[in-house]
Amino acid sequence: MLAILRGIWSNLRSLVIIFAHLWRHKDTIEYPEVKPYLPPRYRGRIVLTRDPDGQERCVACNLCAVACPVGCIALQKTETEDGRWYPEFFRINFSRCIFCGLCEEACPTNAIQLTPDFEMCEYDRQNLVYEKEHLLISGTGKYPDYNFYRVAGMSIAGKPKGTAEHEALPVDVKSLLP
Amino acid sequence: MSGLLHWLGSPGVLPVLVGIGKAITLLLGVVLTGALLIWVERRLLGLWQDRWGPNRVGPLGLGQVVADMVKIFFKEDWTPSFVDRPVFVLAPCIALSVMMLGFAIVPVVPGWQVADLNIGILFFLAIASLGVYAVMLGGWASNNKYSLLGGLRSAAQMITYEVFMGLAVMGVVVQVGSFKLGDIVAAQANGWFVLPQFLGFLLFALAGVAATHRAPFDLPEAEQELAAGFHTEYSGMKFGMFFVGEYVGVVVVSALLTTLYFGGWQGPWLPPIVWFALKTGAFIVLFILLRAALPRPRYDQLMDGGWKVCLPLALINLLVTAAVILARQPV
Amino acid sequence: MAKIYVDGRPYEVHDGDNLLHACLSKKLDLPYFCWHPAMGSVGACRQCAVKQFKDENDTHGKIVMSCMTPAADGTRISIDDPEARAFRAGVIEWLMINHPHDCPVCEEGGHCHLQDMTVMTGHARRRYRFTKRTHLNQELGPFIAHEMNRCIACYRCVRFYRDYADGQDLGVFGAHDNVYFGRECDGVLENEFSGNLTEVCPTGVFTDKTHSRRYTRKWDMQFAPSICAHCSLGCNVSPGERYGEIRRVENRYNSHVNHYFLCDRGRFGYGFVNRGDRPRRARLRLERELAEVDTEHALAHLGGLLRGARRVLGIGSPRASVESNFALRTLVGADNFFDGHAPPETELVKLAREILSTTTAELATLRGLETADAALVLGEDLTQTAPRAALALRQAAKGVGGKLAAALKVPEWQAESVKDLRQQSLYPVFLTAIDATRLDDVARHHLRAAPEQQAAFAMAVAQAIDPAAPPPPALDADTRGVAAEAAAALLAAERPLIVAGTSLGSAALLNATANLTTALSARGRKPLLFLALPEANSLGLSLFSAPPLTDALQLAADGQADVLLVLENDLYRRASPALVDAALTKTRLVVIDHQLTATAKRAEVLLPAATVFEGDGIFVNNESRAQRHYQVFQPDFYRSEVQIAEAWRWLDRICHAWRGDCCGWEFLDQVTAACAKALPQFARITEAAPSARFRIKGLKLARAPARYSGRTAMRANLSVHEPRAPQDPDSPLAFSMEGYAAPDEPGPLVPFAWAPGWDSPQAWNKFQDEVGGKLRGGDPGLRLIDARPQSGYRAVDCAAPAADGLRVVALHHIFGDEELSALAAPVSARTPAPYLALATADARRLGLAAGDIVDLAVDGTRLRLTLKLSPQLAPGCIGVPLALLGLPVLQTVVAGDIRKVAAA
Repeated sequence: MLAILRGIWSNLRSLVIIFAHLWRHKDTIEYPEVKPYLPPRYRGRIVLTRDPDGQERCVACNLCAVACPVGCIALQKTETEDGRWYPEFFRINFSRCIFCGLCEEACPTNAIQLTPDFEMCEYDRQNLVYEKEHLLISGTGKYPDYNFYRVAGMSIAGKPKGTAEHEALPVDVKSLLP
Repeated sequence: MSGLLHWLGSPGVLPVLVGIGKAITLLLGVVLTGALLIWVERRLLGLWQDRWGPNRVGPLGLGQVVADMVKIFFKEDWTPSFVDRPVFVLAPCIALSVMMLGFAIVPVVPGWQVADLNIGILFFLAIASLGVYAVMLGGWASNNKYSLLGGLRSAAQMITYEVFMGLAVMGVVVQVGSFKLGDIVAAQANGWFVLPQFLGFLLFALAGVAATHRAPFDLPEAEQELAAGFHTEYSGMKFGMFFVGEYVGVVVVSALLTTLYFGGWQGPWLPPIVWFALKTGAFIVLFILLRAALPRPRYDQLMDGGWKVCLPLALINLLVTAAVILARQPV
Repeated sequence: MAKIYVDGRPYEVHDGDNLLHACLSKKLDLPYFCWHPAMGSVGACRQCAVKQFKDENDTHGKIVMSCMTPAADGTRISIDDPEARAFRAGVIEWLMINHPHDCPVCEEGGHCHLQDMTVMTGHARRRYRFTKRTHLNQELGPFIAHEMNRCIACYRCVRFYRDYADGQDLGVFGAHDNVYFGRECDGVLENEFSGNLTEVCPTGVFTDKTHSRRYTRKWDMQFAPSICAHCSLGCNVSPGERYGEIRRVENRYNSHVNHYFLCDRGRFGYGFVNRGDRPRRARLRLERELAEVDTEHALAHLGGLLRGARRVLGIGSPRASVESNFALRTLVGADNFFDGHAPPETELVKLAREILSTTTAELATLRGLETADAALVLGEDLTQTAPRAALALRQAAKGVGGKLAAALKVPEWQAESVKDLRQQSLYPVFLTAIDATRLDDVARHHLRAAPEQQAAFAMAVAQAIDPAAPPPPALDADTRGVAAEAAAALLAAERPLIVAGTSLGSAALLNATANLTTALSARGRKPLLFLALPEANSLGLSLFSAPPLTDALQLAADGQADVLLVLENDLYRRASPALVDAALTKTRLVVIDHQLTATAKRAEVLLPAATVFEGDGIFVNNESRAQRHYQVFQPDFYRSEVQIAEAWRWLDRICHAWRGDCCGWEFLDQVTAACAKALPQFARITEAAPSARFRIKGLKLARAPARYSGRTAMRANLSVHEPRAPQDPDSPLAFSMEGYAAPDEPGPLVPFAWAPGWDSPQAWNKFQDEVGGKLRGGDPGLRLIDARPQSGYRAVDCAAPAADGLRVVALHHIFGDEELSALAAPVSARTPAPYLALATADARRLGLAAGDIVDLAVDGTRLRLTLKLSPQLAPGCIGVPLALLGLPVLQTVVAGDIRKVAAA
């Protein structure tokens, strides 16, 4: 009997408590008027960055595309005269993107980065298809120092064979020295 | 034209037309209130959960009602290939129309009532039981195990709660000596029945919540267990009819509580319509508060509570009322 | 059979196989680099280390290289042993010390054996803190890109290039950790099989340069099992497509045909599919100009045109599928269907077909060539006309190494030991040719002579084998001596091989070849016979036994027909321009083709046909193997205006437009079945590949790898609303990565080689019953000709044509000869400039010097060419690369009227 009364009391009490929430402070951030704080590693709009020398970082290796669980990245590799790889086109279909960040994680050159910007709604879905000119920014994004070609062994203009990090100068095969 | 005028002038036609007009006004009012509840409920739930609720469309977010209506009208009304089509279509129609019929007996203000039947209460009880067909047929026709379970639960729940709902309200009927709602309201001129019939009021309110499948008695559509219960397969306007039907049910039950136990439209200073609206509104808010605050009981607890607690209590209430009345009657 | 125990589990393996071969055959994962199933073991990379135990009580064991250890009964090894694992991890870590950090910009990435093995071994982080050794790269020509930094010094490249393909210009330089694999200096890799370096190299040192500009990772390409269309051998290839272009062609394993290797023409000749000037929409001649129109418009016009015609002649094609040819034959009627070869070739292929179906010899498969222990090649310059066969023939010659090794109980897979044992010795190979050939280095004797003299030589050999054979005309003593030697060698051999072909245009040579096999059979030998034919589906077309092209052209020129319906054929490459022009001026021309050929440019209606990679069909190769090629991609997926369709589909639509009712073919199986029903010679063709209804576990088979990327973005620039994936009614393959994909797929349906953990072509291990053996799902293809041997000798007419002075003979070139591959830019970069070759003595007699511009009339066409002196050219011959010039095979062997126009 006591238990039943206690149960009734408990239920009534929760009714009152909940009702009293009417006058509590509201947690809602009224978004368009009040902008929320987004941390730098927020996974929003995807950009392609440039290396510290101002060159495109993306080398069109296709790892972002293959990591993408919804298959919303398509690109085509091509080369400059000096052998530097770059994407001929780079397309992200944001109407499919789920902002999981796996592309950023897969990127070996820190080229593709997710940024704290999510305001990219469109009335026409077609406008959510971003090409390279919509993605490429002029800065380095979150990683100011990294330059893939300084690390990788491939030679490009201004960086001949043997001048990358941890590289010795090319071997003279015809030398008889040990 | 003149024929029409002549016909209009003939005796007996005008009162009928006026009656029809009143009925349409009232039913429209109920449906609109039901629609408005879409916003009221979302707003109140929001506030009680420390949110704002819909506050974007129009002033105070009131435009949300229109927006939701527009949305639901234009949504694809998809009928799955595996359903029993006629029954599938019939079920939501029953849900909405039955609840609206229930309102026919409620005296909103003196003289404004669709039908002041001399079996008013019984009519409501009968109509409310019909409501179970909507849920059961919907669940059956959907040809889906979750829907069917929802339908079954609803049927069992309805039987359980109809029984003591009727018994609970009998206290009032015994006191007034009439099934007519007009008489019941008039009998409360000197004191609301909520005091003498407090137990009856509680039981009726409880049964009312159950009859409308509102939380905490929303087992037929318990999301956690049954997807969306009996209306899992519904979409578009058919779903809308279930949805609005539920709100209309809330309005009807609130109006009945007001009428049966809280003196209906009676009250000092303010016009009757305002009193009626205020009292009904308060019950509607209570309905929403119950949903915001209380957890859903387990199904066996629900059945236990109905048969083992409420039914005996209702019988006791009826007996005591009858005994008191007998005792007071001049021999 | 031997029972070996690997990690305690027993396996039945072949006695004497090496342990690596045995483990891989049992589908165990064991990393390796230097071993290759076609090239054996050298034990150079130390990657395949396992632990071997003396017996079940031995717990200590010792580390051995599995590729160098034979599997004997009771051998106990452990792959999983911690010490062996640590050893292998150590080896890969050393190998990776100098590997550059460039997988993202490496074209091997994603199908790299080194990546696979590194992952399999578990190495992930570089601990070595010092500098990496670097190398300069070389420019190796239009086919192969070179990036030496990636080298792990497994020596596979030189073992393939020098030891297997006998190339001279790739070697290893330097010493210790500086070894360098490349040429002596920059320059084009000469060998015709250099493309295989891209598959043989376990990492990205040698990559496919033709693929580079529009590179796509293997996982991103859509593949289909296909057949190479660039010669008659029917090598199996696996072309990959992305964004509506064929991006690369890789080898598709078939243990009877191409095995692990392709020639460069087949591998790099795919560019014709991607050409911008291809007809992709129907064209109609309006106001003298060919204008692109809608299909309905073109067909309506065509319907009217055909209904008004008295007689419609159809000309088939040796580069179109059996089905397309059959559809044309059905449309125009058997009486109006003509063979699309150059007329002399029609006769030669017919003769070859007769020989194949009546020979007493065993028909050699391409792979079967390697098993011969003596060979006589008559007139065919295999390297130029049927390149992959030349590589196989080399292996036959070098097969003597296996015999020598067996005598000393050295296993055949001990590649270095076998090589040392063999030194310079070879099985006897005898060659006859017009000019020097690339196989001369493996030949014991080579004879340079005009075709008829070569036939005479063959007769001499036949008579030396069986005196009952027809007597040869008089020969000089030297030739008789060589003939006797050849006869002795062939008689001494267990599997003597006779190779000939149609490239010299000599029926005498083919008849003499037939007689040779008859002679060998008469002496109780079981010879192998291999005939090279002109084109991919030459035999398939010949099986229709249609009359030659000249008949059609003559009918047309005589005004007896008013419409010519030409299927995938350029008539100007088949008959003399005068005759073609005469026929075309009298008739209205309808062409169904995928290239804008000289004939197509004259068409009134031109319909865009599918190339071999865009359509399904069956080709019959030179040994009568019917092999199905599958559509790689839907040509209109990225460009809705494209109207490309298989020729048989066009012909079905034409039938509708023409007669209203017709066969109503909706998918290929119906055409194949109709063909099999209508013509008994094709009765078994439906068995060549599973029907379109074939499913595994209810699924179609996936054309693309499971990781195929960008599905929701690759077409998003056209419309963000994604269409349904194209449906394929013709085959059990799906245009998608969705579907069944596992190494037990039926052989004809394997689109690409991939198995979990094995991204590189080495994944074929998982598809084979036993490494290097048959495919688990059965090898593709079905022979249509069952020889019904007829003994008895054929008459050989080896009288030289009545020609005084010099006569013109066709010379052949691997690059540029074949019509389609010549349209690919990388191949045309290797195509020699047109020239005219004369034997030095003849040139001197005529007062001509190398570099002179000379004028020559061939079959009514006047040619102006630069003179080249060819010291080895048969005297009395003018060598002209006719196919290179787009000229038909000669109707008659004409006497050359040669004139000097300008001096060098």
